[in-house]
Amino acid sequence: MSHLAAPLGTARGQDAAAVAASALRVNLGRRPVLLGVDFSIPAGGITGLLGPSGSGKTTLMRTIVGAQRIAGGTVEVLGLPAGTAALRRQVGYVTQSPSVYPDLTVEANVRYFGAMHRKGKTDVAEAIAAVGLEPLARRKTADLSGGQVNRVSLACALVAHPRLLVLDEPTVGLDPVLRADLWERFRAMARAGTTLLVSSHVMEEASRCDTLLLLREGRLLAQLTPAELSRRGHSSNLEQAFLAMIQAADHAGTAVEPETAESARRDGRLH
Amino acid sequence: MDFLMMLATTRRVLSQLRHDHRSIALILVVPAMLLTAVYFLYENESLPPGVPRTFDRVGLMMLAIFPFVVMFLVTSITMLRERTSGTLERLLTTPVHKADLLFGYGVAFSLMAALQSLVATAVAYWIFGLDIVGAPAYVVLIAVINAVLGVALGLFCSAFARTEFQAVQFMPVVVVPQILLCGLFVARDRMNDLLEAISNVLPLTYSVDALQEVAAHAEATSRLWQDVAAMAGISLGILVLAALTLRRRTA
Repeated sequence: MSHLAAPLGTARGQDAAAVAASALRVNLGRRPVLLGVDFSIPAGGITGLLGPSGSGKTTLMRTIVGAQRIAGGTVEVLGLPAGTAALRRQVGYVTQSPSVYPDLTVEANVRYFGAMHRKGKTDVAEAIAAVGLEPLARRKTADLSGGQVNRVSLACALVAHPRLLVLDEPTVGLDPVLRADLWERFRAMARAGTTLLVSSHVMEEASRCDTLLLLREGRLLAQLTPAELSRRGHSSNLEQAFLAMIQAADHAGTAVEPETAESARRDGRLH
Repeated sequence: MDFLMMLATTRRVLSQLRHDHRSIALILVVPAMLLTAVYFLYENESLPPGVPRTFDRVGLMMLAIFPFVVMFLVTSITMLRERTSGTLERLLTTPVHKADLLFGYGVAFSLMAALQSLVATAVAYWIFGLDIVGAPAYVVLIAVINAVLGVALGLFCSAFARTEFQAVQFMPVVVVPQILLCGLFVARDRMNDLLEAISNVLPLTYSVDALQEVAAHAEATSRLWQDVAAMAGISLGILVLAALTLRRRTA
């Protein structure tokens, strides 16, 4: 895919951000959902988007894939404003509830979404294999279990070989074995250079990410690594650590500024 | 516009339908059965010599109305599902052009409509001896254009329904007035001025007018082509409106 790197103008390497948001504000109808969010997602890793339900995770993801209008600030994806037509070839999006056609076979679903990216048979077979559904390829999607349908939905995104893959709660409803299996696949994709943004409200999954964005009530509580989270939240249990951070933030006042671990350590508020 | 993406959409819509045997049966068989009912309804009418059978008039018009009604329903429900299940939003994050989707739908359902009208027209001609002056090919042509009209209206109306129940409720609003005012029940020149004015802007009117031309003339008349052009133009206009209801970004 030689046309991928050049026209988007982002330098390849660790320092080029895959997604960069600045003072990003988003309203759903009249209701403000994201209240000025700043962050930068490094290319080629797994970034976890974590927060209680209703914190704005899905809205943030829809904004990044260009499905949601923004009310203020900027968000750049692979060097271009989110929603730019050229990005539709580069960004894959898997919605929370599987958006596939239940009355089509697994293969027909993946083939159709592949066709939207001019991908052929080989890519379709690869994508189905990547989610472990080869034996079910010719089965009707409606006849599959919930977890299997989730994987069909994932395959429909993988078939396009996106540079940025945005996954909204991809492991909901999966048994522990499948969940571990899926995270291995995400890791393999990240190693191959794909940037993944994965949302979850299961804090235990946070440990599998390289970076975490902690979202709460439309604001970014912090961007940090899992290790930093457990240090700042004084717990190796990431859920406890997250709760501790929320309490600390509430304690510090209503205006929660996103901060780095370094600045938090400097002013000693969390110690 | 990308021809391959449009074809992929057509193929996808048709294979969705292929798994649904009951819908296929309804699309293909029901019009023929209703036509049979109309035939027997007028079976015992006594006509003065030289006057055409009512079946030749009403049956003919029904051949054009079926594809319109059926395709309106099928399309509005299918498109509504696409909107509510998230597949539409997902598709609109891919490089696909809106026109590829809409025309993909249009082509798929027009093919179904062509099949449907072939069956219904064959039954009307061969079993019930439909007696008109013009060629049956024109009847099928008008039926297919009507189907495209139904598809376009269905795609458009699905934007205003949130549930399948609401989508079905658009039928009395959008379809029934057209059937009432198209000239099937009362000739249009005998309507009062207001109703005639309304019927002048309803697309189904032009297909009934076109069919009357086919019924009366062996060759295609210029009025037939005017009617066909009017229907095609209205359908295209509604498809453009439908495209405007497909938003890549929501507020």
